[in-house]
Amino acid sequence: MQIIKDNQIIDNSWHYVNEADTPSAGDISVSLAHWEKDKAQLLQHTGKLGVRLVPGDAVDTLAQDLNNIQLIELDFPDLADGRLFSLAWLLRSRYGYQGELRATGNYVAEQVFYLSRVGVNAFVPQKPDDLAAIQACLGDFSVNYQASIN
Amino acid sequence: MYQYNEIDQKIVDERVAQFRKQTQRFLSGELSADEFRPLRLRNGLYIQTHAPMLRVAGPYGLLNSKQVRMLAHIARKYDKGYCHFTTRQNIQYNWPKLEEVPDILEELASVQMHAIQTSGACMRNTTSDHLAGVCVDEIEDPRPYCEIIRQWTTLHPEFDYLPRKFKIAVSGSQRDRAATQFHDIGIHIVKNETGDIGFRILVGGGLGRTPVIGQVIKPYLEQQHLLSYLEAILRIYNLFGRRDNKYKARIKILVRETGLEKFNDMVEAEWLRIKDGMELSAERVAAVKTHFTPPPYEANTDQDTRFAEQLANDKAFATWHKYNTAPHKVAGYQAVYLSLKAPDTPPGDMTDQQLDAVADLADRYSFGEIRVTHRQNLVFSDVKQGDLFALWQQLDSLKLAMPNIGTATDMICCPGLDFCSLANAGSIGVAKEINDALDDMDYLHDIGELKINMSGCMNGCAHQSVGHIGILGVDKKGVEWYQITLGGSSENEAAIGERLGPAVAKDQVTNTITTILDVYVKQRLEDEAFLDMVNRVGIAPFKDRVYANN
Ligand code: SF4
Repeated sequence: MQIIKDNQIIDNSWHYVNEADTPSAGDISVSLAHWEKDKAQLLQHTGKLGVRLVPGDAVDTLAQDLNNIQLIELDFPDLADGRLFSLAWLLRSRYGYQGELRATGNYVAEQVFYLSRVGVNAFVPQKPDDLAAIQACLGDFSVNYQASIN
Repeated sequence: MYQYNEIDQKIVDERVAQFRKQTQRFLSGELSADEFRPLRLRNGLYIQTHAPMLRVAGPYGLLNSKQVRMLAHIARKYDKGYCHFTTRQNIQYNWPKLEEVPDILEELASVQMHAIQTSGACMRNTTSDHLAGVCVDEIEDPRPYCEIIRQWTTLHPEFDYLPRKFKIAVSGSQRDRAATQFHDIGIHIVKNETGDIGFRILVGGGLGRTPVIGQVIKPYLEQQHLLSYLEAILRIYNLFGRRDNKYKARIKILVRETGLEKFNDMVEAEWLRIKDGMELSAERVAAVKTHFTPPPYEANTDQDTRFAEQLANDKAFATWHKYNTAPHKVAGYQAVYLSLKAPDTPPGDMTDQQLDAVADLADRYSFGEIRVTHRQNLVFSDVKQGDLFALWQQLDSLKLAMPNIGTATDMICCPGLDFCSLANAGSIGVAKEINDALDDMDYLHDIGELKINMSGCMNGCAHQSVGHIGILGVDKKGVEWYQITLGGSSENEAAIGERLGPAVAKDQVTNTITTILDVYVKQRLEDEAFLDMVNRVGIAPFKDRVYANN
């Protein structure tokens, strides 16, 4: 599957896995609950680690682990749930997260400009056809009224 | 008034291009109706009973004559020749075609207007006092702060998908004419002991299904922290506001369920972390203030003697002057209300011809500026007293001089069943009936100050719960009924109206209102206003009479 990262189309190397079948190698992301429960074990994993957040997750406890995490996914249950925008802002601004911050799930290309402003730098399209639309929408505005992450 | 710079213009132009693209993606099937919905709402576009409805922003109620001519042009070219002014100082069109909306927005952008964030679960148009900058009781002109807030809220990337809509109102006067206690955030400009200007911040007010009076969360906020404090409230609301039930999603419910004290702690903690990083500089405030300097008032306009003669010689003029003007801080000038409550037109509606004519009159008599009030009328804020007579005559020929501002027929009324897909009951027709019943001007003036607000459903767009008399359309097994409340107020002594009793049938509404007025006329003390009497005697005497025959 292809995604957009830092404005480029690239191949995705990550897999979201659940507790029951966590592979021992490869780049994997897990839910916040899974991370909190099995952190010690996950840190032994060969391959990169990521956490998938959903709206309602609190990121303050994750803050101490950010150095061990290379990917944070923001999984939209539906496009109208704006909590993930604030989580992105908190991760970048308050907790200084530098790794990949990726939008996934049920958002639309029309939202990627705002997402990029709050620090999201990678986008998994809902449908493969959306790649072009996402790239186009990243340039929706050339000026802003207020400071954010970007 | 604020004039766009290159950045402002670019933002509205790019927004039009963005919406054009979104509309194309929807029409070609790339976006589903559910996906397009929040996008179009954020551009003011609803799908209504008959056609889409487009809501255009009137930034804190200020328009210039060029913009009003554009509103007329749009009414002619894309609609049925009229538009509607709303209680939030916005403008609505009831008959645009979806495919043409990007073109309408492009035309609006050419005169520094837009429909950004006029609907949807986002930060809406900031509203304010329609007498800002000219009234006699002002602490400081709120408009520069409104503009600063307008810019900050516009296309805010973090807060565009809130749990629910979010409304901010600012008042700079002793007397609250902006219903700030019924907004998600109400801002009062205040002076501290040392004479510095700051803000009192209220939170959690709102109308709709669960009317709540806003509570003070910050008695005094220093000027430079305005935006950081708003950002802290918005972040807490965005993260913790309820999203499981849209009727419990407004910030008032979050404040209530969390408790003001705890909510305050959360906001304060967030604010302390961000405040130093986003101070509003004195230079920025000063730069915005240069857009709101007083117009070139003429000296000695109060020396004009014709005005006193005209008042003495023409009773109709004197009556109009008594009801439809307000004092001005500059001697010899007055603010003039244009009543959009003529008997034969739906409250708040204007035709393209009226709009064009009003634009011309504004150029001639009021420095080209027009304001929208939250009671759905217009204001010319700076008219020389010597011009009042000529202006009155022309307004009269345009049917905009009904001397009823602040009286029973200056009703606020939502579109109701005639246009709104959410309505339970009609409102425009009932308003007309009440209007017809109160056509005796002497009686109307004898009743005096009275605010009647009528909404076609629980959403309460016409703020019935804060009407001195509130009328709410309800549906009972497919039949239109109306619940009456008494004693509401959205001004300083804010109050939510108390229900009079069981709902009344449609054909009994007018009767009920006239009965209530009759009780008032018979039982009032000398010079006692309707609201004061309700506060003194309660609803019992009214109730007894209205339900006497049941
Ligand atoms: S109060 Fe109800 S009927 Fe009236 S405009 Fe609002 S939603 Fe529509």
